[in-house]
Amino acid sequence: MARALINVPAKAKRGDIIEIKALISHPMETGYRTGADGALVPRDIINRFLCTYNGEEIFSADLFPAIAANPFISFTTTATQSGRIAFRWIDDQGRAQLETAEITVE
Amino acid sequence: MNRLWRRAARTVGAAGALSLALSLAAAEDLPASKRRSGFDFMSRDSQATQVDDTSNPGMLWVIEGEALWTAKAGASGRSCSDCHGDAVTSMKGVAARYPVYFTEQSRPVDLQGRINICRETKQQATPLPFESRELLALAAFIGKQSRGMPITTGDDIRLEPFRVRGQALYEERQGQLNFSCADCHDANWGRKLASSVIPQAHPTGYPLYRLEWQGMGSLQRRLRNCMAGVRAEPYPFGSPEYIDLELFLMSRARGMPSETPAVRP
Repeated sequence: MARALINVPAKAKRGDIIEIKALISHPMETGYRTGADGALVPRDIINRFLCTYNGEEIFSADLFPAIAANPFISFTTTATQSGRIAFRWIDDQGRAQLETAEITVE
Repeated sequence: MNRLWRRAARTVGAAGALSLALSLAAAEDLPASKRRSGFDFMSRDSQATQVDDTSNPGMLWVIEGEALWTAKAGASGRSCSDCHGDAVTSMKGVAARYPVYFTEQSRPVDLQGRINICRETKQQATPLPFESRELLALAAFIGKQSRGMPITTGDDIRLEPFRVRGQALYEERQGQLNFSCADCHDANWGRKLASSVIPQAHPTGYPLYRLEWQGMGSLQRRLRNCMAGVRAEPYPFGSPEYIDLELFLMSRARGMPSETPAVRP
């Protein structure tokens, strides 16, 4: 499983705007490059990234070949309640990954 | 074809004139107050990427190295931590003094070389290939334990002949363009080579994440880049020339804070 660094504040006040960051280890192979044998290296990128907050979708992104390797995705949301923030992404080879983080809202 | 040749001849001619102009600028040692890390020459965005652990992509290798540190390897069935314990204490400041003199080989060895010596002799495992994800991950993880600490390379008097040889390599002209490292990094730092700022060549953050590579790389990989840039034949990975150059460059950067894992454009 590819490594990823997920950053969600462990604690927040209700109504606070919090920053959420995800750094994902992925080659993001564009499909336009040729290998040493001259043949095209097949495209392999993360094509969909989704974030849910207690089951409700708060952010999603479609990714394209111009995005560099090891993508860094950062966005904000409003802290409404304690619970689980889940991140899910899928790449061209169909590999899906799920990471979660807990947040306590007071 | 003919036109190509003429163009090539013009390029080499121009490079020759340029190198003559460069050689007039004497290479001299910079006082400590004027030494600047490559970090200082970067854009604010790149600097921000490096200093925040949640955005620094080098941290992906660091966490992988942390896992490898406790993973058993080789016929011995031992992990790095079985001998060295917690890296946070045992590896603190270690990377900042590499390359070190290795008595068994009567010559200096760099951190990657030292990791592989441990793998072969203590773990009885196959050495990790140069630039492999695992080797870079372990070097990055060990390197991070020295982050912020001053570089102390070159304390051992036995290193002196190798450091001198590294310096000679640094000052030696090479390649079709007939440039030495010093021609750019001593005589012309702060100026531009195409759109890139020429830094002072202080290897304070290796292994580092280079945006151009879209990945992690060692100092040897970086040296090979520059050699290819002046159209010289790069030495093979692991060759003693690189170790001597690394030793010279790290001794030259003594006292500067270690930045591993750094980010560079």
